[in-house]
Amino acid sequence: MAYSDKIRATYTEQLDTLKDGGIFKIERYIHSVQDAEIEVEFPPGAPLKKVINICANNYLGLSSHPEVVQAAHAGLDARGYGMSSVRFICGTQDIHKILEQKVTDFLGTEDTILFPSCMDANAGVFEAILGEEDVMISDRLVHASLIDGIRLCKAMTDSFKHSDMKHLEEKLILHADKRRKLVITDGVYSMDGDTAKLDEMVALCEKYDAMILVDESHASGFIGNTGRGTHEKYGVMGKIDIITTTFGKGLGGASGGCVSGRKELVELCRQKARPYLFSNTIAPPVVAGVINVLDILSKTTERRDKLEENANWWRKSLLEAGFILQPGDTPIVPVMLFNAKLSQDFARDLFDEGVYAIGFFFPVVPQGKARIRTQISAAHDRHHLEKALDAFIKVGKKYDILGKTKNEVTAMYGA
Amino acid sequence: MNQEIRDVVLEYVINEYMEDQDEEITFDTALISGGFVDSFSMVSLKRFLETKYKISLPDNRATPEAFDTVDKITELVEEFLAK
Repeated sequence: MAYSDKIRATYTEQLDTLKDGGIFKIERYIHSVQDAEIEVEFPPGAPLKKVINICANNYLGLSSHPEVVQAAHAGLDARGYGMSSVRFICGTQDIHKILEQKVTDFLGTEDTILFPSCMDANAGVFEAILGEEDVMISDRLVHASLIDGIRLCKAMTDSFKHSDMKHLEEKLILHADKRRKLVITDGVYSMDGDTAKLDEMVALCEKYDAMILVDESHASGFIGNTGRGTHEKYGVMGKIDIITTTFGKGLGGASGGCVSGRKELVELCRQKARPYLFSNTIAPPVVAGVINVLDILSKTTERRDKLEENANWWRKSLLEAGFILQPGDTPIVPVMLFNAKLSQDFARDLFDEGVYAIGFFFPVVPQGKARIRTQISAAHDRHHLEKALDAFIKVGKKYDILGKTKNEVTAMYGA
Repeated sequence: MNQEIRDVVLEYVINEYMEDQDEEITFDTALISGGFVDSFSMVSLKRFLETKYKISLPDNRATPEAFDTVDKITELVEEFLAK
């Protein structure tokens, strides 16, 4: 037996280290569709509890939208369940091309290529379009999937301080001798809920002859006046060379992602990106669902408008109640608790009050910046948010943190 | 060890990598293994040293280990300045 007791013990020890460090992840089982209210089994074996969900990426409330579900059913009937092939052998259907065109139109780019996920898009894009003579300059807080993709590419790597345009400019000057420069950022930063200053970044890229890549996973469908994304918000549509995004969040929430941008770069991904070449693409029912999502969002801004209104109300109400929030204007609203244990205790008590939220702490966020990350959805009606607010206030009072400054909170609970 | 080089390197590292003014680093703080500098960002330090001291540091010498403290970096620079 190759998997000896000795080898098993080394893995058990590794898992125990995660548990001892408080970073062992536990799943909560949901017995309903994804929505504003869900039925949760937690801990395993416990009776089902109906809770308000404020930690899903279901920004537009489309995960279980009847029209989207119906479209996915129709796609399943018309084009089947799977492709049993990668795209370039016999895994491309007409609907894959239709979706690629719809994404191109929606984002205002030149061309689009689908990937099994945005994680795959980010893993594949850099290696496909850059080489040893080039440099990648990334914001220091970009998503883990971008970091993995950067690691897989032979181009030189460098980084700039989060959202620090002066530092980015210094880096563009430092690497002026490189053949091609690519600046890399998230559109919306998922832990803090802030947005990249894309107008300033594009101006710098134009000044120093650099390309720019933006991961729009936490933006597509709802940031900007018509929900096209962070590039719409900052008035730079058509000026972003590469957008990567997911269909697993606002755009229906199922799965899949894409690289969308300059047509030569997209074509190079089609020729060279390994997750595209060596993995099946998005399954037909999901493709049909995402096509429907984009049709809905192209017709009306009703859902992103409701999301904006909800998020503004939630942010304002939490501030009035005396919580400390990470500043921002997106549906990601982090409630700062600073101390790791407090963030876990707070989340547990919220669950007891019927509100499902997660506490994040180091190493997911910096040391001493533990928080409850709340994510608002267009699926939330005001009564959901009012109930969630009541729960936050009740638990906030229990820990005596309402109206307190950061120093007062950390004096009570530690940083 | 050349104190001037030590000071220049320390100043650069503080300006380039420190986000939080409360954090203190010294000549022997473990920069990379201590989590202050991520390996992605090492390249700017390498390019800074090469430009400032007009030296060329080969990739097999510009390793995370060799760049882990200000003193180690200073030693490396001194070695290549002497060549």
